Amino acid sequence: MIELRNINKTFKVAKRNAGFKEALKSLFNREYTYIHALKDVSFTIGDGEMVGYIGPNGAGKSSTIKIMSGVMSPDSGECVINGRVPWKDRKAHVSEIGVVFGQRTQLWWDVPVADSFDLLKDIYRISDEDYKRTSSRLIELLDIGEIVKTPARQLSLGQRMRCEIAASLLHNPKILFLDEPTIGLDAVSKIAVRDFIKAVNRENKTTVILTTHDMQDIEALTERILLIGKGRILLDGTLDELKTRNSSRKTLTVVYAGNAFPPTDKISVVKDIGGHAEIVVDTEEISVAQAIAYVTSVVEVKDISVKGASVDETVVSLYKEFEI
Amino acid sequence: MKQYFSFFRIRFIAGLQYRAAAWAGVVTQFAWGFLSILMYRAFYQSGAENFPMEFSQLTTYIWLQQALLAMFMIWLFDNDIFDSITSGNIAYELCRPCDLYNMWFVKNVATRLSNVLLRCLPIFIVAACLPYPYNISLPADWACGALFFVSLIAGFFLQVSISMVIYISAFYTVSPAGMKILSVTLMEFLSGAVIPIPFFPDAVQTIFNLLPFASMQSTPFLIYTGYTSGADALAAIGVQLFWLVVIYVSGRLLIKHALKKVVVQGG
Repeated sequence: MIELRNINKTFKVAKRNAGFKEALKSLFNREYTYIHALKDVSFTIGDGEMVGYIGPNGAGKSSTIKIMSGVMSPDSGECVINGRVPWKDRKAHVSEIGVVFGQRTQLWWDVPVADSFDLLKDIYRISDEDYKRTSSRLIELLDIGEIVKTPARQLSLGQRMRCEIAASLLHNPKILFLDEPTIGLDAVSKIAVRDFIKAVNRENKTTVILTTHDMQDIEALTERILLIGKGRILLDGTLDELKTRNSSRKTLTVVYAGNAFPPTDKISVVKDIGGHAEIVVDTEEISVAQAIAYVTSVVEVKDISVKGASVDETVVSLYKEFEI
Repeated sequence: MKQYFSFFRIRFIAGLQYRAAAWAGVVTQFAWGFLSILMYRAFYQSGAENFPMEFSQLTTYIWLQQALLAMFMIWLFDNDIFDSITSGNIAYELCRPCDLYNMWFVKNVATRLSNVLLRCLPIFIVAACLPYPYNISLPADWACGALFFVSLIAGFFLQVSISMVIYISAFYTVSPAGMKILSVTLMEFLSGAVIPIPFFPDAVQTIFNLLPFASMQSTPFLIYTGYTSGADALAAIGVQLFWLVVIYVSGRLLIKHALKKVVVQGG
């Protein structure tokens, strides 16, 4: 059980304008700005849930993960995870969580991955039996049997990421934090990682909290979404809810010959170049059939296709809606 | 305890991989040792009675210093630790159910010991085979050897504790470069790494001996050569233990304070 209530975090950042004069000035008089990374962030996540945590760059996702994993303490607010305050009871807390920071590595660079795993076994005080069982299962599921014999520095990003994920699950954590686990991965590795995360969540009832910019990750993995922007939680709901918010918008792609579209207020033409137009239709105002009928009446249509908004577009429109 | 031991083991194994570096180190330290001895020989020939140590004591000091260099070189920092602080990789280390100070302490001990183990034997063997007075001689008696051993361990742990303070300072300064240069220059001089402390004027010596830096390499080496012996040796070990406790405790307090206000950089 994860509970956050009114978490606030502010960073102090030194700032100056570019240029030599400004640099000299800042030697004597530094100006600071305060960045409110998190403002009154509150949410609750139950055991065994899988939650996607999304938001644009700099929205506060990583800060929240760092606070929840006990690496950083907030300025104010409460955070209780499985009955503990992470940054106060750090050692006990971290033995029950697994963390993957997609942009960092926890494997020892010069030694085979298996040696790193052995070290983690001792660090987390995993018994021989448990270790054998967990590691052989992880190695099989992630298909890294050969890879673990190689030094980490010689692995490709996709191979390394699979090892990183295995490393963070060796001690069977109750909660898994994944901070951009699919960043920079190719399609095959991405799918392998996603399938694996799903399996862990289903079979071990591990709570998974995932931050990502890849909406396919969200679509493939999570039921529930938390949207954060400018340090505030803006939306807490299911993926379907998110989609229906925008399902009234459809995009018509029209290829036509002859004269250009006459200006009109019935439909909104967002792009019209050389006989290729994109039209956004709000179905609450005009039905798709009516829109098509209108289009065919004003231009000579060669081809037409209708598409609902993708998750990516939905998210972009959400960002716009909340001005983040 | 077991977790720190395996931490030691993996670092030790990693350290043993750098064989070419070890051989290069052995050669450099031989060259350096010979050059210093030749230089001092020139001084001693002009009048040995002007110098505080006997020439054979001095050569023993120099060979000991070269063989055990990796235990006491101030500039042997573990850049992983600086990197993890400045790049934010420390996030992972904070996600482990371990004490960060102990983990880094053990890591340093392992790095230095694996380095020393690879280098000291060839130097000891060759230096022992050299003709008198250019060789390294055995300690005068068993008591001297035992005192040396105790003092060596105390000095080594003190060296690591001081390195720890420098690592932790990177939490505050963000870039460790300045702190590194300052501490290396100052400590090399004050610890007797450049010129043995007995060669300084008496008043200066008194000050040096009260500072923590003389307790690192100077005290054990001088005990080995017999320059410091008996009650003086016991007193010197007392000073070592005092500084070891003080620096260790301040390092612990410092890291506690640093971690409270830590900001992990990068997204």
